[in-house]
Amino acid sequence: MIEAKHVSKYFDGSQVLYDINAVFETGKTNLIIGQSGSGKTVFMKCLIGLMRPEEGQILYDGRLLRSMNAQQQKELRMEIGMLFQGSALFDNETVLGNVMFPLKMFSPLSHAEQLERAHFCIQRVGLTNADSKYPSEISGGMQKRVAIARAIALNPKYLFCDEPNSGLDPRTSIMIDELLSDITHEYGMTTIINTHDMNSVLGIGEHIIFINRGHCDWTGNDRDIFRSDSQSLNDFVFASKLFREVKRFLQVEYENGKEVGGIPLEKV
Amino acid sequence: MTRVFRAPDKASVSGKAIISEISKLGVDSIPLVVIISLFIGAVIAIQMTINIVSPLIPSYSTGLATREILLLEFSSTMMCLILAGKVGSNIASEIGTMRVTEQIDAMDIMGINSANFIVLPKIIGFVAFVPVLCVLSMFVGLVGGWAVARFTTMLTVENYIYGIQSFFNEWYVWYGIIKTVVFAYIIASVAAFYGYYVKGGSLEVGKASTNAVVASSILILLADVILTKLLLQ
Repeated sequence: MIEAKHVSKYFDGSQVLYDINAVFETGKTNLIIGQSGSGKTVFMKCLIGLMRPEEGQILYDGRLLRSMNAQQQKELRMEIGMLFQGSALFDNETVLGNVMFPLKMFSPLSHAEQLERAHFCIQRVGLTNADSKYPSEISGGMQKRVAIARAIALNPKYLFCDEPNSGLDPRTSIMIDELLSDITHEYGMTTIINTHDMNSVLGIGEHIIFINRGHCDWTGNDRDIFRSDSQSLNDFVFASKLFREVKRFLQVEYENGKEVGGIPLEKV
Repeated sequence: MTRVFRAPDKASVSGKAIISEISKLGVDSIPLVVIISLFIGAVIAIQMTINIVSPLIPSYSTGLATREILLLEFSSTMMCLILAGKVGSNIASEIGTMRVTEQIDAMDIMGINSANFIVLPKIIGFVAFVPVLCVLSMFVGLVGGWAVARFTTMLTVENYIYGIQSFFNEWYVWYGIIKTVVFAYIIASVAAFYGYYVKGGSLEVGKASTNAVVASSILILLADVILTKLLLQ
């Protein structure tokens, strides 16, 4: 479990995060959603420790990030996997080399065992015949899968994903979402996904926090979204006509106390 | 800088990275060094033959002057200025691209000292191999001068060979090597600095690469003045 308590962040005197409190539960896909420029990436960087918030605390299973010394932070980082928006694969390494990289650096396993683990991770994300290919030789969706395989190579307790679906077609996006959800449940990780993809929100949003202009405006899950009366959340989530139609379809409408249309959420 | 010169996270991986950098930055520069040194050696010999026309100057002076120019300045300073363009831009653009594509962030999040892991092998690899390039440049430059003597009628091979052997001061070779090692450190560290701290996108990577070459060239010239005063006085 990761907790953020009263986190505030400033850049050059202007505040970008305002007193954010959030709890990200173990074994769940936790989503941070919000518009571009709302501060969700800054918040994620504060959670990981790439940025230091001026106020507030970040706790990893009760361990205070700020009070950790260099060695403790290094040990914590070995428990963290990260999937970057652009995959951040090492250009000069093959697919196998990328997945082997954290194992070579930190694993006490023998070379043969490292290879076995790397192959397992590559197979787990559904990649075949790609071991010897370089990142520039594979598609964006495959790069994301390699990045996921690399992120889970060391069996992390915490998995961070920064806009994992960006630049992917809807079908591949859903496959990546399902993969992230599956490995989260399979390995009991605390997964935090930064996204503004509404398919992800509705598909794997077990716990969602909505950040609006640096404030945490709403928390809930994929079902609660349809019942929320938060104007800012509704403006964000139902910005597209498709999702307005979905909401209208799913909500029971009443006229003079009589049900006239829609499907109760409980029945979906 | 303190992060760069710490003990590596995994010595065996860093060792392999150093070998790889020696190959990429050093061995791959051999064709460039050979071609430039051969032609410049030839040009120096031709220039000396044309310009030293006096009955008071012995005929072997062309070989002697060619050797001294190569040993004292060309194979160290000029060669490193050329390598600043090739190797410096290579290092700055490679590390800069890693920065803008979040590869460095990925290493930091894994708990790897990225500055140490990426920069140190490049500095060690290039500094370790550059004396080879320096000595190679000296030798090939002299061969270029010999080719002028062999294939033209401007001077005789015997006079040229006698000239390059006359009044030989071994210290000049060491002087060239010492300067080259210092210049190699300047090239690798300045280029790595510009690449590591790039912010933005591909445009900024290009600018960082240019700035790295300009800054390291100026520092090389400055260091050349200081080292010449210190080592030859």
